[in-house]
Amino acid sequence: MALFIVQILNGLQLGVLLFLVAAGLTLVFGVMNFINLAHGVQYMLGAYLAVMFYTITGSSLLAVLLALLTALGFGLFLEFAIFRNLYDRDHLEQVIATFGIILFLNQAVKTVWGAAPLTLPIPEFFTGSIVLMPGLLYPVWRLVIIASGLAVGLLLYVVVGHTRVGMLVRAGATNARMVSALGVDIRRLFMIVFGFGTMLAAFAGAMIAPILSVEPGMGDTVLILAFVVIVIGGIGSIRGAFLAALLIGLVDTLGRSFAIDIMRLVMPPSPARTVGPAIASMLIYVLMALVLYFRPAGLFPVRGR
Amino acid sequence: MTQALATPGAPPASQSDRPGALPAMIFLVLALVPAVAAVGPESYVLGLFTRVMVFAIAALALDFICGYGGLVSFGHAAFVGIGAYAVAILGTHGITDMLVSLPVALLASAIFAYLTGTVCLRTKSVYFIMITLAFGQMAYFIAGSLAPYGGDDGLTVKMRSTLFGFPLLQNDRVLYYFVLLCLLVAYFVFRAVVYSRFGRVFRGARENPTRMATLGFDIFRFQRVGYVIAGAVGGLSGFLLANATEFVSPAFMSWQRSGELIIMVLFGGLGTLHGAIIGAAAYLLTEEVLGGFTEQWKLIFGPLLVIVVLFARGGLLGLACSIRGRLSRD
Repeated sequence: MALFIVQILNGLQLGVLLFLVAAGLTLVFGVMNFINLAHGVQYMLGAYLAVMFYTITGSSLLAVLLALLTALGFGLFLEFAIFRNLYDRDHLEQVIATFGIILFLNQAVKTVWGAAPLTLPIPEFFTGSIVLMPGLLYPVWRLVIIASGLAVGLLLYVVVGHTRVGMLVRAGATNARMVSALGVDIRRLFMIVFGFGTMLAAFAGAMIAPILSVEPGMGDTVLILAFVVIVIGGIGSIRGAFLAALLIGLVDTLGRSFAIDIMRLVMPPSPARTVGPAIASMLIYVLMALVLYFRPAGLFPVRGR
Repeated sequence: MTQALATPGAPPASQSDRPGALPAMIFLVLALVPAVAAVGPESYVLGLFTRVMVFAIAALALDFICGYGGLVSFGHAAFVGIGAYAVAILGTHGITDMLVSLPVALLASAIFAYLTGTVCLRTKSVYFIMITLAFGQMAYFIAGSLAPYGGDDGLTVKMRSTLFGFPLLQNDRVLYYFVLLCLLVAYFVFRAVVYSRFGRVFRGARENPTRMATLGFDIFRFQRVGYVIAGAVGGLSGFLLANATEFVSPAFMSWQRSGELIIMVLFGGLGTLHGAIIGAAAYLLTEEVLGGFTEQWKLIFGPLLVIVVLFARGGLLGLACSIRGRLSRD
């Protein structure tokens, strides 16, 4: 039972992490109709920058803040220099150009910081574990990640749902052309959305850095998972991304921890040990295929496209 | 999405149903490569160009569904992998004759295409990209779990395919020409298909699905047939790949591989068929040259992709056309 609860918490933690990355992706995709494969690289940069600023300043808080600002600046630079010219291109061209940026940045990170994985210590205040219930210890930092993810979710809910900018973002996701025709400076809106999304991805990277090894290419897996999330949730929908992220996080984590045991119920132990992990890795893709089969535009389709 | 996929600046050659001079030149060059290679590092050059042609076949198939059908598949590497695994798995059981392994490779990938296509084709545009990715990933993880056949590590193909027990492909040169023959066949089959009645419906479904449906065509079934053809040709490419590298691994099916195939097609120019061959050659040769030049070739290759997209619309063919257009105007 304790193991089950721990795995649910781990699943939640993966879920909020995916949400942080997917939120920016789904907004950029939904509002600008722009497929940004380079979003995963922002997550990686967030982690690397956090490590770099930590070694310089020695303070975790400062490291995260500086990493966020630098990532924001870099994201805006990319938007200004390259992405701006891609918004009215078709999806395939966007995919290639941003794929080129992935190749470049993965290699650049390797060149600057080396190929060996780096580590970032957990902030002193949040080290150790706390007892959630008798016989159940859980690391504080993971709880912090969950809490901050939920806080960002709440913040986005308020900003997107109840402010003027949020209203424009939602309107943009539904019909960007109409918003532009009504006199809104859509370029500026794009830039705000893009910068915000970039910062969220970098935040996710900086938060996860202490419990994951920071290495080149760490953004790629997260990117694919984030795409799965936004497609299941419905492109452009923050609510969809949130629910889908938690769903994917839980399904993936629980699948990986219990697949072998479940397979054992229906087959002898030895094939169960090989089939189990394979099924566990496939689970989220099966889930995505099922969702798209029954709801071809995701769980919470944003109307008007 | 529908209109956007018709790349502006695509060469007018694709409009006529006769192959132009360019494809003929491509095949001529490919046919002459072994003769030229004989004076240099022969096995290296032969191996490289065999690989180029193998991927060109897969890229052709992708160009067919992508450029003519508007179906952007992000899981195309799965078909290649299935074809390759068919050769390797049959090989471990002592069956190396291509009269068995080639049909099995084609059939296996065609069946996979039929089953996944039935599900995928319900969705459109980006959702189609993602659901094909999902099936590609499933195939990837299944291959990784095949413990008796190497699991994640893959397995070696002990013997290249034979014909009636005769080790036909053992010689690198013969293998090269065999792959070239397959590329030629694939190219002309796709040309024939594209300009057939079926092909017109298939293309029409990209340009205006509603109108095609109103005309009484069941688009779904046409697209599914197109998807199965592309899958089977992907399987052919896999069959050849297993023979060329004498090794198969789940990495053949990874999403990065599928992405590379898309890039090859776009590199050459979408919806031209021979552009796919040029794209595959350009991609792999650039990788090879830059890789030999510096270990950090991706630092150059990445920005190169961005530049191609920003400044060479319609891929290399589109670039060539616009330059030619500019020259003739002056």
